[in-house]
Amino acid sequence: MAEKLISHIPEGPLAEKWTKHKAQIRVVSPANKRKLEIIVVGTGLGGASAAASLGELGYNVKVFCISDSPRRAHSIAAQGGINAAKNYTNDNDSIYRLFYDTIKGGDYRAREANVYRLAEVSNNIIDQCVAQGVPFARDYGGLLDNRSFGGAQVSRTFYARGQTGQQLLLGAYAALNRQVAKGSVKSYPRHEMLDLVLINGEAKGIIARNIETGEIERFGAHAVVIATGGYGNVFFLSTNAMNSNGSSAWQCYKKGAFFGNPCFAQIHPTCIPVHGTQQSKLTLMSESLRNDGRIWVPKKKEDVEKLRKKQIKPSQIPEEDRDYYLERRYPAFGNLVPRDVASRAAKERCDAGFGVNETGLAVFLDFKSAIERLGEKVITERYGNLFQMYEKITDTNPYKEPMMIYPAIHYTMGGIWVDYNLQTTIPGLYAIGEANFSDHGGNRLGASALMQGLADGYFILPYTIGDYLSHKFAEPKTDTNHPAFDEAEKAVKEKINKLLSIKGKKTVDEIHKQLGLVMWDYVGMARNEEGLKKAIGLIKDLKKEFWSNVYVAGENGEFNQELEKALRLADFLEMGELMAIDALNRKESCGGHFREEMQTEDGETKRDDENFMYVAAWEYKGDDVAPELHKEPLNYEFVKPSTRNYKD
Amino acid sequence: MDLTLKVWRQKNAKEKGHFETYQVKNISPDSSFLEMMDILNEQLIKENIDPVAVNKGCKSSGPVSFDHDCREGICGACSLYINGRAHGPDNDITTCQLHMRKFKDGDTITIEPWRSAGFPIIKDLVVNRNAFDQILQAGGFVSVNTGGVPDGNAIPIPKKDADESMDAASCVGCGACVATCKNGSAMLFVSARVSSLALLPQGKIEGARRAKAMVAKMDELGFGACTNTRACEMECPKGISVSNIARLNREFLCAKLKD
Repeated sequence: MAEKLISHIPEGPLAEKWTKHKAQIRVVSPANKRKLEIIVVGTGLGGASAAASLGELGYNVKVFCISDSPRRAHSIAAQGGINAAKNYTNDNDSIYRLFYDTIKGGDYRAREANVYRLAEVSNNIIDQCVAQGVPFARDYGGLLDNRSFGGAQVSRTFYARGQTGQQLLLGAYAALNRQVAKGSVKSYPRHEMLDLVLINGEAKGIIARNIETGEIERFGAHAVVIATGGYGNVFFLSTNAMNSNGSSAWQCYKKGAFFGNPCFAQIHPTCIPVHGTQQSKLTLMSESLRNDGRIWVPKKKEDVEKLRKKQIKPSQIPEEDRDYYLERRYPAFGNLVPRDVASRAAKERCDAGFGVNETGLAVFLDFKSAIERLGEKVITERYGNLFQMYEKITDTNPYKEPMMIYPAIHYTMGGIWVDYNLQTTIPGLYAIGEANFSDHGGNRLGASALMQGLADGYFILPYTIGDYLSHKFAEPKTDTNHPAFDEAEKAVKEKINKLLSIKGKKTVDEIHKQLGLVMWDYVGMARNEEGLKKAIGLIKDLKKEFWSNVYVAGENGEFNQELEKALRLADFLEMGELMAIDALNRKESCGGHFREEMQTEDGETKRDDENFMYVAAWEYKGDDVAPELHKEPLNYEFVKPSTRNYKD
Repeated sequence: MDLTLKVWRQKNAKEKGHFETYQVKNISPDSSFLEMMDILNEQLIKENIDPVAVNKGCKSSGPVSFDHDCREGICGACSLYINGRAHGPDNDITTCQLHMRKFKDGDTITIEPWRSAGFPIIKDLVVNRNAFDQILQAGGFVSVNTGGVPDGNAIPIPKKDADESMDAASCVGCGACVATCKNGSAMLFVSARVSSLALLPQGKIEGARRAKAMVAKMDELGFGACTNTRACEMECPKGISVSNIARLNREFLCAKLKD
């Protein structure tokens, strides 16, 4: 099977690879495109942009989303911005610099060629979105404005207030709507893919559940594109939307697509903390707040106790009794250390018993000194909308009392393994955006998720999928009466019937919350061998409990949100286990993956390039069989991997 | 907090609906409204798992269906009509951003779906808002293909125009405007999209065609006319201004005059 892991990275100088590759791959004539059908699953930035672009090219596209409208995909919630190497600010940015920052930010666990291509097409994305009528922020001269983001020394982030993801998605969704009106794309909202159908080893269709009616439906095509985002909701609590899930990707894995680096998950340090056991999800507060906010916890345990009992207010704790732990530990970067470092440091203080809210899982982000230094007006100009949002949620005025924040799962860098063409190990199956593993290595930089989703959908997949389809136009339309569809549909129906018939004692959410706690405690910000082994055991137990003691309300033939959740949780349980297995295998620390055994004397990540400079691609071998590890070596031809340092 | 909930239950589009009354206890004032709904649903499921222990042997009619997703006020999925107001008793928020501290211990809360001819009920509190997609498919886009577009800075756009366009583009497509309007009009929704594109040079080119096509589709789908009560503006979670409706009317009239 090892021959499946061919990355198809073109030879030649870094800057010429994509151009050369485009010249070499085949194209499909307009007349033949009309004969070809493509399924796109998911309508976030990746899926919507891909479906629209493929429709424009003349393919027959079917696009699926679980929401009532493609516009609700979770890309819509991205706040900060989108990176591009335009160098409009004249600060010596370039394609190479964006490439370098991204590969370094990923702690040298991504492919050079993919990342370079991403940087290369980044500029086209901005042009495209402007042409669609995306109202990017502009300066008084009428030109596009930029701001700075983490992990970069230049100002290259384009934005539309704090709603950049929303505006970019509305642009892609509009392009999609235009194709729907033209008839080149057919949209299937409230449809959930439950299985991938293979004929002779090639992806030829999907089985989907119509969420509105519960009907199980068959859809055939010449190729299938997965654009269903990440699997952060394995953790129950995350910044992902409630319905975001990994099931489509997981069905592909179980049909033979390898899964890349599942343990690479990003934990974002500045989220509004859990308020109690009734919490359903976590809300992100923009990273930009760390420019002026100072992070601290009390030095004295008795102050912590009083805070938790609300006997004192944080502002009453004198300066000398505050522990500004990031400034103490990382004097050079202070409160502006990277996301993974800030997150781990907050966990360390809370684990030591210094968490400041009722649950003991929160630290302060304080604007007192910034307000003293700059005045309240300046702070309002910079962060007014975030302060208002914080107050709405917590009922605390952050001008008077510090914000409370805590890290939360935010993004998964891991995903379906793809080659340079974004094709998975299954011919005809492609994965784009957060659903694939390819561009962010061990850690994603801020404002790069939007860039990747749109790069894949607008400018990469429409070219590379043509190479595969150029051999397929003579093939007739996929017959959904083929036995492979019968078999897949039967398996889906059996799974649903099984879930509905268990009628146990525990609700879906109860088991999901338990899984989330196991993941957070042992496969979260800090991992070690003992904990990971324990997690694998606990998850196996939970899986058993789920399949014998879950209670799924209602029936299949109706709108049934409990059944939707149960189907997704069945997969989350398996994904959580694979994350733990991958984390156990990777005995090094890099980016968001922190193995406690592998740290420097100062508690920083310690990579092991000699033994782990590879992509871990896992192959499914059966339900109760260990997955098989395949390694794709990462060859750094153009950049020399180095160690990150934030102390001096 | 202990609360009494009167919730609209409707098995599907065909059957008649009715209110059911439930009690929920120990709700944290820091919980969001939808978290309170999660608790209600867990309780309703538990009643069916073990009716004797939980509810004197009585079975419930199962969990309440409601649309929700991002739970941070941006996806536009959540859509509850709470105590007679779209998105409940607070301004400039979606239902998911409503918190229980806005209510008092012992309160009775009435929860209904969006009610409008344009949004047929699917189940309980879930409605079909597909009409919004159809209206946008009729013309809510700029007709450019991927690739071959000019540089992003080729056409300068006055900051004021870009900002105003962004104000209109903040619409999340939740449908509160339609649900609130006594005529069930979708004018605020349509005008927000028409305005955000009309204010930019890229969108201006097709302005006339767009306004006509979207208005025609809106009328075709059974949405009512605008009679300037401005209720939509009051309940819009994103503060979309009715001045957009004026702009739409202007665009529409100019387009018609040219016909």
